[in-house]
Amino acid sequence: MNSSAASSTAAASSAGAVLLEVREMSKSFGARAVLKNISLNIASGEFLTLLGESGSGKTTLLRLVAGFEQPTAGAIWMSGGRLDTLPPYKRRVNTVFQNYALFPHLSVRENVAYGLRVKKTSATEIGNRVEKALRMVKMLEFADSQPSKLSGGQQQRVALARALINRPLLLLLDEPLSALDANLRKQMQSELKALQRELGITFLFVTHDQEEAMALSDRIALLRNGALEQVASPREIYAHPATAYTAQFIGQTNLLRSEIMDGTARCGVLRWPTEGPSGPAIFSLRPEAIRFASDAALAPGTARFRALLQQQFFSGASELLEVNCGGGQLLRVRISARGPLSGEHEFVFSTGDAIRVQE
Amino acid sequence: MYSRTYKTLVSSSPLLWVGLFLLLPYTLMFAHSFWAVQDGVLVHQWNLHNYLTLFSKSLYVEVLLRTMRIAASVTLCSLLLGYPLAYYLSFHAGARKELLYQFVIVPLWVSYLVRGYAWKTILGSEGVLNGFLQYLHLTHEPVAFLLYSPFAVVLVLTHIYTPFVFLPIYAALEHIPRPLVEASHDLGAGIAQTFLRVILPLSIPGLLAGATFAFVLSLGDFLAPLLVGGASGTMIANVVQSLFGAALDWPLGAAISVCILLVIISLLFFTERLEKRWSFK
Repeated sequence: MNSSAASSTAAASSAGAVLLEVREMSKSFGARAVLKNISLNIASGEFLTLLGESGSGKTTLLRLVAGFEQPTAGAIWMSGGRLDTLPPYKRRVNTVFQNYALFPHLSVRENVAYGLRVKKTSATEIGNRVEKALRMVKMLEFADSQPSKLSGGQQQRVALARALINRPLLLLLDEPLSALDANLRKQMQSELKALQRELGITFLFVTHDQEEAMALSDRIALLRNGALEQVASPREIYAHPATAYTAQFIGQTNLLRSEIMDGTARCGVLRWPTEGPSGPAIFSLRPEAIRFASDAALAPGTARFRALLQQQFFSGASELLEVNCGGGQLLRVRISARGPLSGEHEFVFSTGDAIRVQE
Repeated sequence: MYSRTYKTLVSSSPLLWVGLFLLLPYTLMFAHSFWAVQDGVLVHQWNLHNYLTLFSKSLYVEVLLRTMRIAASVTLCSLLLGYPLAYYLSFHAGARKELLYQFVIVPLWVSYLVRGYAWKTILGSEGVLNGFLQYLHLTHEPVAFLLYSPFAVVLVLTHIYTPFVFLPIYAALEHIPRPLVEASHDLGAGIAQTFLRVILPLSIPGLLAGATFAFVLSLGDFLAPLLVGGASGTMIANVVQSLFGAALDWPLGAAISVCILLVIISLLFFTERLEKRWSFK
């Protein structure tokens, strides 16, 4: 985990100047520690996702940055100034709330204008900026509607416009897509990403959906029980998960609880050469790293095994196989779609694809 | 889906209740207001005489106006007490919320009469308050206006009806989703702006309901003026009571009641429309 934290800091500094700095921050509600010693940097212009199960503390972290909660220990800095001591209304941070939190007594236009009106902006400027913001989210024609008359996706757009019109340095998004159905969700994901690129605003995005996190983020901060498990780019975190938890949470994997003896790892019927001292070790082997032996040329650095096909899940371009290597050891294998299969087959994987992970 | 007998059975008791205790009395009252009394005997002779008397005699108009003034004062005072209390409880009381809520509710279980008499012992010339003022040498003789005055009536009615104002406002405030308050802060609004732009507008239905309670209940109150009002604190319900009682002029009493009823119905009509205008899903 240490190595990945170091490399993620490097990634942050290469993307731009540090905008937000969370320093050794902890948060407890009574005796319950919700966040434990979190240190995290967000670079200017970055799309960073806080990913975790419910109860992992991701929303609390977001609320601390927004100013709705006070840290129990540690500090938050933004652009060189202390942030956590400011009330929420003095932070150059805006939030898109989980259920949008649009003001029901105000029209779409008034909702979007709220932040400017509060700051006593001139009427002409409010008019111009509201129109621009509504056009940006394609909601101009609904300017005079009441929020209750809008669909979830439309409310989402209004919430975005309402937050972005204030030109925040950092936009916080609290599971903004979780209330949308699958198709709309995909569409909004793509629009969000496009918007973020276009505006260059830093996004701090909270989700429990690892697929969404992978698709959108520059970096993912995976939280587990209030602590940072790993912070890295989606590709890095997928290819080199630091822990068994990360490997299982991000994408699908086969966790091989093995025993290393004399340079050979053993797990059930699987045997493959590996470096490292003798003793127990856990490896993560992605389903797509396993192939049919017939498809692969005989090459050094591969491991072979025979297994009986138990289940086959078709999902369009690919299918997932569940195979029994014998002795109740089940492995998941992802292959490109090739029609119904059955019986025993020989499989192969590159030993380099078995990634050693921590418990 | 349901049989006719079932529907009849279910609807009969409320219909009977409304018919016997609402429609019938109101019809009788309405009819009485157009009848007359001659030599102490009720004459079923249709005329507008009662209404003419009502509006030509300054006494009735004066009492009616005073009653409205008192009711309006009570409404204002109980709003000024009830709203901040409800606001504090809903937003800032934290763990003490339940306990404080009970403190507001418990007085409702104490009889109206007991509370009325309690104020009598506090406000009277030999009362607690006057004793205290003299003990502090702020006054040398009892302050007279404390008891038997419109002031005393407003005080007692405010004490009695503030919980009624508090309750709907508190319910309205509790129904405001907290993310809306956070969103307002998030968008740069401080505490005062958030109150004026979000919390107050969203609590208007509760505020109207509370104000209507206080006004309508005060308008028809006759116990508080009887206990602490004196001659200068007489309200319209006391007049109606005496017309139906000692004065034995039911038709005039009925005419006044019809007027009060009209005031209340138009008020309810008005506030209901306002409440609808300010209700949001």
